[in-house]
Amino acid sequence: MAAAVQSSPSVNKASHLDALKPSWLSNEVLTGTSIMAVEFDGGVVVGADSRTSMGSYVSNRVTDKLTRVTDRIYCCRSGSAADTQAIADIVSAQMELLEVTMGEPPRVRVAANTFKEICYNYRDSLMAGIIVAGWDKGIGGQVYTIPLGGMIVRQPVAIGGSGSTYVWGHIDATYKPNMNKQETVDFVKNTLTLALTRDGSSGGVVRVAVITKDGVERQTFLHNELPQFYQG
Amino acid sequence: MEDSGDTHTGFQFSNFARNEKLVSRGFPMPGCRKTGTTIAGVVFKDGVVLGADTRATEGDIVADKNCSKIHYLQPNMYCCGAGTAADLEMTTQLMAGQLELHRLNTGRQVPVIAANSMFKQMLFRYQGHIGAALVLGGVDKYGSHIYSIHPHGSTDRLPYTTMGSGSLAAMTVFEERWQPDMELSEAKQLVRDAIAGGVFNDLGSGSNIDLCIITKDGANMLRPYDVANVKGQRVGKYEYQRGVTEVLTKKVRPIEIVSETVRLITGEDMDTA
Repeated sequence: MAAAVQSSPSVNKASHLDALKPSWLSNEVLTGTSIMAVEFDGGVVVGADSRTSMGSYVSNRVTDKLTRVTDRIYCCRSGSAADTQAIADIVSAQMELLEVTMGEPPRVRVAANTFKEICYNYRDSLMAGIIVAGWDKGIGGQVYTIPLGGMIVRQPVAIGGSGSTYVWGHIDATYKPNMNKQETVDFVKNTLTLALTRDGSSGGVVRVAVITKDGVERQTFLHNELPQFYQG
Repeated sequence: MEDSGDTHTGFQFSNFARNEKLVSRGFPMPGCRKTGTTIAGVVFKDGVVLGADTRATEGDIVADKNCSKIHYLQPNMYCCGAGTAADLEMTTQLMAGQLELHRLNTGRQVPVIAANSMFKQMLFRYQGHIGAALVLGGVDKYGSHIYSIHPHGSTDRLPYTTMGSGSLAAMTVFEERWQPDMELSEAKQLVRDAIAGGVFNDLGSGSNIDLCIITKDGANMLRPYDVANVKGQRVGKYEYQRGVTEVLTKKVRPIEIVSETVRLITGEDMDTA
């Protein structure tokens, strides 16, 4: 996750205003994150690393990229910190309103499509890769991934951010359907550990949240509590 | 711009088109005052301590040796600013006004998270063109809070944070010595040392150290808290004493007056046309 973005990704027109920006504010765009969400029979498990960087500087090493949307819907944010925080704030406000008008908690599908609508309509000026995950009484645990262009897909397992490129193979080799809660948490923990040890722009602690009909159960794994893989 | 006699407040964009045109024709962009800065904030047992240096720069030149970078927002909330001086001044004044209206409308003390939301929504709307990086600190009924706010509108809630060109120097001090539930005296010393790190090791920061302590009983501005680098007293004299230069040779040549004439000149008036 990058704290500052110099210019929008596709509109790379240099503005005369760039000269007014202090150099230490306008660092290069660096989208460093490892995020993940997996469906299991009783709900979903979401996870993320905790690094936010500005160029080569880590501006927050204990970031919480698992952001609450409703009581049982969370999103994993990757890309520009400013963009993803703004989108998450807007969707949370809309979902709160929807809960009051409909008299019941919004469906995960509805929240995910609200995210998509913003990500797609403003695809030229946003840099946001978001995974929306949660539980609703209609279809239980669901994971929706919304990558850069504003597409939306439901997947039983989703990964995102720069760190995800290192672990596609691990996902394909390890994921099996119908895992229980503990197996899913371990799978997320292992995958994120592999991602953040290989990706320079991911790091810190691993945050995990389990969302079921009973609510959200959050866990934080410090660096010394992470599994040890091949250390070279 | 047409002068309607009104006093306009807030941001003014009438020079935007002019500057865009100047730059497109190859003229250099007119400069503006940017502050190389060290600002910091920590949470301690009873509240928060904010700190800032007092140097304002314009390129290589120190434009102000004792400027104030800790801005008032509410009696329970202050914020330190780094970035473009004009943007910081306007943004914080605007927010102070908005927060006061919010306090009057609700009849309650404004929570720090409300100020954080207002700052991030405004900065996000301007897509980073407002060069304001802030450390927001305050105490409300929910506790003590420090937020760091970046120019593009992203925010982080942290127990301790630094910003500005001297942020790395200041952060090393925090990473080494910050701990939860510190006493006021410890927290003051820690923030002073962090800002001093910026003052001594960052060219963009310098002069004095300002602190602002906020507890549930109110805010206390200490300006200056410390004059970290006092200008030294000159001890020796560096002028040459009389007779230091040795006279190697001496030759006197008398002037002989051969004749003396006096001539009266009656000039015309000076031409002052």
